[in-house]
Amino acid sequence: MSDSTSVLDRKGLGVTSRHDTWWLSPLLVFLGLVAFGVYSTWAAWQGTNYLYTGHGADYLSPFYSPDVHSLLGIDVPFSYAFLILWIPLGFRATCYYYRKSYYRAFFLSPAACAVGEPAGRKYKGETAFPFILQNIHRYFWYLATIVVAFLWYDAIRAFFFTGKAGNIHFGVGLGTLIMLFNVIALTGFSFGCNSLRHLVGGKLDCFSCSATARARYKLWGGVTILNLRHMEWAWVSLFSVGFTDLYIRLCAMGIWHDVRIIH
Amino acid sequence: MSTRLFKVWRGDKTGGQLVDYTVDVQDGMVVLDAIHQIQREQAHDLACRWNCKAAKCGSCSAEVNGKPRLMCKTRLDDFVEGQTITVQPMKAFPLIRDLVTDVSWNYTVNKKIPPFTPKPDTNWLMQQRDVDRSQEFRKCIECFLCQNVCHVLREHDLEDKFFGPRFLVRVASLEMHPLDSLDRTALLKDEGGIGLCNITKCCTEVCPEEIHITDNAIIPLKERVVDKYYDPIRIALRVLTGGGKK
Repeated sequence: MSDSTSVLDRKGLGVTSRHDTWWLSPLLVFLGLVAFGVYSTWAAWQGTNYLYTGHGADYLSPFYSPDVHSLLGIDVPFSYAFLILWIPLGFRATCYYYRKSYYRAFFLSPAACAVGEPAGRKYKGETAFPFILQNIHRYFWYLATIVVAFLWYDAIRAFFFTGKAGNIHFGVGLGTLIMLFNVIALTGFSFGCNSLRHLVGGKLDCFSCSATARARYKLWGGVTILNLRHMEWAWVSLFSVGFTDLYIRLCAMGIWHDVRIIH
Repeated sequence: MSTRLFKVWRGDKTGGQLVDYTVDVQDGMVVLDAIHQIQREQAHDLACRWNCKAAKCGSCSAEVNGKPRLMCKTRLDDFVEGQTITVQPMKAFPLIRDLVTDVSWNYTVNKKIPPFTPKPDTNWLMQQRDVDRSQEFRKCIECFLCQNVCHVLREHDLEDKFFGPRFLVRVASLEMHPLDSLDRTALLKDEGGIGLCNITKCCTEVCPEEIHITDNAIIPLKERVVDKYYDPIRIALRVLTGGGKK
């Protein structure tokens, strides 16, 4: 007989019989989200170097889009990023994928499957404040879609450069491609949203019962295709939005030089 | 022929321990084969529930090296050679003896769910695309691995407030059925406790039938609950138009 230790009756943080590296995934998620959180907070506080206009380019950081200052002509005593960032922050914070990620990585609830949680917590899930607010995810999707529309506008604008004579001409810089990649990633993430999947058709019980239902079935199928890779879209878009800001910021600071691919 | 060391939980609700057994390993062996070999040659009184040995009856659920799995679907060559394999009963259910647990609570929950209720004078012709979703959920073999791994039940013992993923899947199969006429949203929110699920997807990870429990059943049901109870614009529209029936 071996030792009498068993986890059958024991509970508590980390109690498990798993032999694999169950802690690795939540650790990577923790590090990834903390890294993005630290960088995005720092970038948002800066309030400068979010627009690169060197050599006729027109690159706007996604952290500062839409450009509220230019659009509305208003001045605020803090960084303009704070007028924008609560929308994507709220969208990601209430996203079903991110919920899974941070419940595991930050709240250890649970850190991994069949792994014990911190003892003594009264668990209420998403039935009480603050997590009951996760139910407004669809409203953040509506707002985030407006932001994504502005990012498409920014990406298209990045294809047009101002010449020395003041003329506008088509061109492609490395920044253009980065901004385009970023907005595609953000669109893939936003339009694979579980709430959207429900709203466009998932709520129906019958997909064949009317012409509208049949059209909504097709939309539901399209969102489902993106939704199957929602986690991948979430991470790719998170890092692409951070890197896009970094690229534009370093170009604006003169540290990096935008490579022009098509003049 | 090689051998493999197994540690198998032996005991009942009064106590127990892991007991070492050395098993002769043959190609293609699964954990249930090893348990049967131990029963046959070393421990005739080892209690183990099984039936089909084809991953279709859902009887041989256990925790193999800490992961909830069907013993009949867990091959020994999935593990590193020489690694000890630990087999324990499902933690979330009361132990009867050795690897056998009392899963009868699940059948009590099942009775709380109003069954399929078609409208009067139903036209029984259905399109495949209308039943695809329900058919995915009908693949469930009731192994209860999802119930076992769900931390709401396993860690927090909220059996009196939460149906668990298996029965959210059952509700989803009924709610999304094109010919069903009932609305079980209130049941989901209150007695079913769907808000307790924090969608950490462990149920999906362990499902031997690979049902997308979280994405295709639980999240769509949560969204239906949001429609009815948490979406302020929908609630206002419903009040103004007097709607709300399924």
